[in-house]
Amino acid sequence: MTIRSFRELFIIGLAVTMIAGCSSTPEEEPVAAAEPEPVAEPVQAAPERPSRSIDYRDGSGYLQVLEGNSYETLQGVFYFDFDQAIVKRAAFAELRKHAEALAEDRSLRVRLEGHADERGTREYNLALGERRANAVRAYLMTNGALSSQLETISYGEEKPAMSGSNESAWAKNRRVELVYR
Amino acid sequence: MKYYSIVAVWFVVLASPASANLTIEVTKGVDNAVRVAVVPFAWRGSGGLPIEVTSVIDADLTLSGRFETLPASQMLSLPNESGEVFFRDWRLLDVEYLVIGFLEPAADGLVRLKFELYNVFQQRPVIGHAIEGDVTELRDMAHHVSDAVFRELTGIEGAFSTRIMYVTSVGEPGNALFRLNIADADGHRVETVLESREPILSATWAPDGRRIAYVSFQREGRPAIYIRDLTTNTVQQVTDYRGSLNGAPAFSPDGNHLAMVLSKDGSPDIYVLNLETRRLRRITRHYAIDTEPSWTPDGEKLIFTSDRGGQPQIYMMTLANLSIERLTFEGDYNARASMLPDGSGIIMVHRREGIFHIALLEFRRGRLTVLTETSLDESPSIAPNGSMLIYATQSRGEGILAAVSIDGGVKFDLPSSEGDVREPAWSPTKRKEFEPITR
Repeated sequence: MTIRSFRELFIIGLAVTMIAGCSSTPEEEPVAAAEPEPVAEPVQAAPERPSRSIDYRDGSGYLQVLEGNSYETLQGVFYFDFDQAIVKRAAFAELRKHAEALAEDRSLRVRLEGHADERGTREYNLALGERRANAVRAYLMTNGALSSQLETISYGEEKPAMSGSNESAWAKNRRVELVYR
Repeated sequence: MKYYSIVAVWFVVLASPASANLTIEVTKGVDNAVRVAVVPFAWRGSGGLPIEVTSVIDADLTLSGRFETLPASQMLSLPNESGEVFFRDWRLLDVEYLVIGFLEPAADGLVRLKFELYNVFQQRPVIGHAIEGDVTELRDMAHHVSDAVFRELTGIEGAFSTRIMYVTSVGEPGNALFRLNIADADGHRVETVLESREPILSATWAPDGRRIAYVSFQREGRPAIYIRDLTTNTVQQVTDYRGSLNGAPAFSPDGNHLAMVLSKDGSPDIYVLNLETRRLRRITRHYAIDTEPSWTPDGEKLIFTSDRGGQPQIYMMTLANLSIERLTFEGDYNARASMLPDGSGIIMVHRREGIFHIALLEFRRGRLTVLTETSLDESPSIAPNGSMLIYATQSRGEGILAAVSIDGGVKFDLPSSEGDVREPAWSPTKRKEFEPITR
């Protein structure tokens, strides 16, 4: 599966990815200035510079980027501290790669799914999960993504990544997942 | 601008052999439990009855934690009517109160149940009457007797005829099956209202006991608020603002409004939807989290959780002038509050030394009492009689329901064999009302 997409991508360069459904809502047109779209030029230059391409694996929701000959699956899960919705410094570099990919290919759509650990009340945790998803959203938009490419959903404590009532499970559950569609 | 879509959908009530009954285990009863004997009720018809009414009454009284019942095997006589009662038989056994009765066929294929409650020391009948019901309603008839006995002996309205709605989750993270169930207050007759691979939460009753509201992620994994009419089996989608929270529904005491939480305008705020005019009114405007609205019994105020002060605390808003007052000051995490039916205080989730408990805040004395000794306690819901509350907690790594009396004197667990159980909501009304028959 990955090899197939690798080859295809290599050839077609930047002209990738399916149209991400009809999900974009026209209610929120981006006010913030979008980065100039770097699409046109590289497409022509594709034979000489097949340096970079983007895809998401069917179903998995992960984003894959081809850099030169190496093929990278971007980290799609970002963790948060207890009761916090601050994007950790350690996540900046990886999130910037997502933002760059989104800026490069405006047809990409990603769902930012916010989660909380089980402590506290369910509805408050839904709000906390949304706050985390919004923090990631703000970071991506600052770095080139458009709001029309991003959808936030909070699942609160309802969809833990790991069961158990201990610090290691809680740490794995306080997260935002980037799911490409 | 997008308006909420109203979609009415017919659905089939799922037959629910998969949903196991909840059981009740009393973990703390009152010290001076009243000694009661429930004598086996005779059936004066042909054949047998599908349900042993006496055992249902006996279990109700025992599991209330306030009574100690006498096993039938120790009884010296088994009266069914007043002429058959010999008080010395019961004094010998230290029985304080005696419940007797019988069932017989009535007109139209119904069953008549007649019962009497006696004060053994005073040697006199206290209450008693007859009711009629269908043979499928024998459990309801038994609960009716339990309610009447409980009310007479404690002065508190019994809650045995009420129901409990709750959510279960079965399976590993990522592959869980969610169910919204409704059971009798004694854990029997579980019905599955909704089943989904996506989360279900925040289920709540309308004051008429006919409608429920809940949040489900069943449509493309996105949250939406639904109202379901249990009598007509119709579902209405109330909100599905995309990219927004759609949560924490709460019916007003008159049943005509639904408070909820939406973040469509930025941050989570409280809104009230008029269910008749469909007009949506924004109630709070704050960049902090405002959530978990709950109406005061007079319908004039909303209490809610907000972290506008830096940590979640309980606030109260007067709807007439949108003035806000902070109610909680003790502790660094107070959430999901609801007011007692008499308005004398609130119950809520309260964190103390890092552990989440259910606590009661009494307004008059300004006193906060922690009611539970378990941990990770949440979702408290008060019985309509105001004397008990049910909540969700953890036991051996799984979510279970537990109940505690507001005075802390009685505690019981409701373990289930069916995975994680959470978010109990006590019904405001009885499943079935019976009129006493006088002829």
